[in-house]
Amino acid sequence: MRLKGFKIKKGGLPGFGPTLGYTVFYLSLIVLIPLSALVFKTASLSWHEFLAEVTSARVLASYRLTFGTAFLAALVNALFGVLVAWVLVRYRFPGKKVVDALVDLPFALPTAVAGITLATVYSGNGWIGRYLEPLGIKVAYTPLGILVAMTFIGLPFVVRTVQPVLEELETEVEEAAVCLGANRWQIFRRVLFPTILPALLTGFALAFARAVGEYGSIIFIAGNMPMVSEITPLLIITKLEQYDYAGATAVASVMLGASFILLFAINLLQWWSRRYADR
Amino acid sequence: MSEPLMVRWLLIGVALTFLGLFLFVPLAALFTQAFEKGAGAYLAAIREPDALLAIRLTLVTAAISVPLNLVFGVAAAWAIAKFQFPGKSLLITLIDLPFSVSPVVSGLIYVLLFGLQGWLGPWLDLHNIKIIFAVPGIVLATIFVTFPFIARELIPLMQAQGNDEEEAAMVLGANGLQTFFRVTLPNIKWGLIYGVILCNARAMGEFGAVSVVSGHIRGFTNTIPLHVEILYNEYNYAAAFAVASLLACLALVTLVAKSIVEWKLKISS
Repeated sequence: MRLKGFKIKKGGLPGFGPTLGYTVFYLSLIVLIPLSALVFKTASLSWHEFLAEVTSARVLASYRLTFGTAFLAALVNALFGVLVAWVLVRYRFPGKKVVDALVDLPFALPTAVAGITLATVYSGNGWIGRYLEPLGIKVAYTPLGILVAMTFIGLPFVVRTVQPVLEELETEVEEAAVCLGANRWQIFRRVLFPTILPALLTGFALAFARAVGEYGSIIFIAGNMPMVSEITPLLIITKLEQYDYAGATAVASVMLGASFILLFAINLLQWWSRRYADR
Repeated sequence: MSEPLMVRWLLIGVALTFLGLFLFVPLAALFTQAFEKGAGAYLAAIREPDALLAIRLTLVTAAISVPLNLVFGVAAAWAIAKFQFPGKSLLITLIDLPFSVSPVVSGLIYVLLFGLQGWLGPWLDLHNIKIIFAVPGIVLATIFVTFPFIARELIPLMQAQGNDEEEAAMVLGANGLQTFFRVTLPNIKWGLIYGVILCNARAMGEFGAVSVVSGHIRGFTNTIPLHVEILYNEYNYAAAFAVASLLACLALVTLVAKSIVEWKLKISS
């Protein structure tokens, strides 16, 4: 065997230039330039016009609804997500593998399909709705329906961020706590909960961010009435259909700004989680 | 040391009830509704001309978006995982951008770029090129929303695998392409397959962004999700769920694929 004279250039492997170049080119073409179109179009509005658009009563009502309901849904998912992750990691029961796989269903299912299914199931004569309606709980076509849809959409996030942390927990710490006389609840509150807190907050933020921007799963079950049950993405589309480009752009740029803030917060939380895990 | 048996079963019960309300019941209802009027009506709904055109458009869109994003994903993962350079974190964050943007905003930015009142609108109109309210717009919006999937799958995988095997191949005389196809590709095979499956599932299922750019022109610019919306709004529930069940099956295939890939990755490590 003859070793060809090898040329590992400084930096190691070949192909850096072409791959990085293509990456930046494609990224700019598909993501950066179109996003900047939004920024520039917004900038073309005067400050006064912009503020008038984004603080009109109908828009503010949609912000309250969208962000408020998304927050509640993320809270529900935080609570039940930890429970589901705990049950999946710590206990055994028949069908556990199937349940574990199905937790990802909201990721994989197209939003329109989820939307019509939830709307049908929770409507007055739907499989779940028919039991709730006599109790006076109207879900479909109300903000409660929006909460249900947002909970569905954010369901996997908390479960999937908390699950790995629970799986890697060392039992020695728990056993030490037992030796020192702690009961189960104390162990949870003071040993386990602080460990999963960074992952929990990350999952919460991810679920919140996803719910805020969601469109397809929500519009079928929401009432879509302005000022009452109209989410911000729907409002943007309505303005577009009425050729109110300025209004649509202004509201969309607020949504984009919120997305960036959330993305930043999520990155911070993930960095915190990693630091916490390395200790 | 664990919880008492009663508490355990209570917790399992509550967790399963929660999942039941939000996952199991809707999933079961979906397939039941699809077949409510029998298998004959199910097949008729799918074979209906507008449905077939919607299926065709969805397949075409995925067939264009997924390979393009595949090439990008591999290139980006190679550049990011195998090399060190300043601004790497920024690049990774930028690649993740489409994930955090609302689908409606994703569609809107393409309307702002290519629509009649957009930047390129007048030029496109002059040359009679239709992008918005036509297939190219749908493809572009789909590429945007599925942009990060393959890259996100490959980057951590290739970072974890390191450079050793590739450098060994180089020492033994392989050039770049040989190294990639014979050393790297087999190692990232499962992550790549899963990324493609995810990318494809999202490409076929995207609703919000496509809704904004498509114009909903029946028979021309309707994808499967848009067609489902039309059927549902016409109160044609059985047909809507029949067509929707196609995508639901795709979703279940995706879940099965994920389990397989996770299993394969676990046994290889």
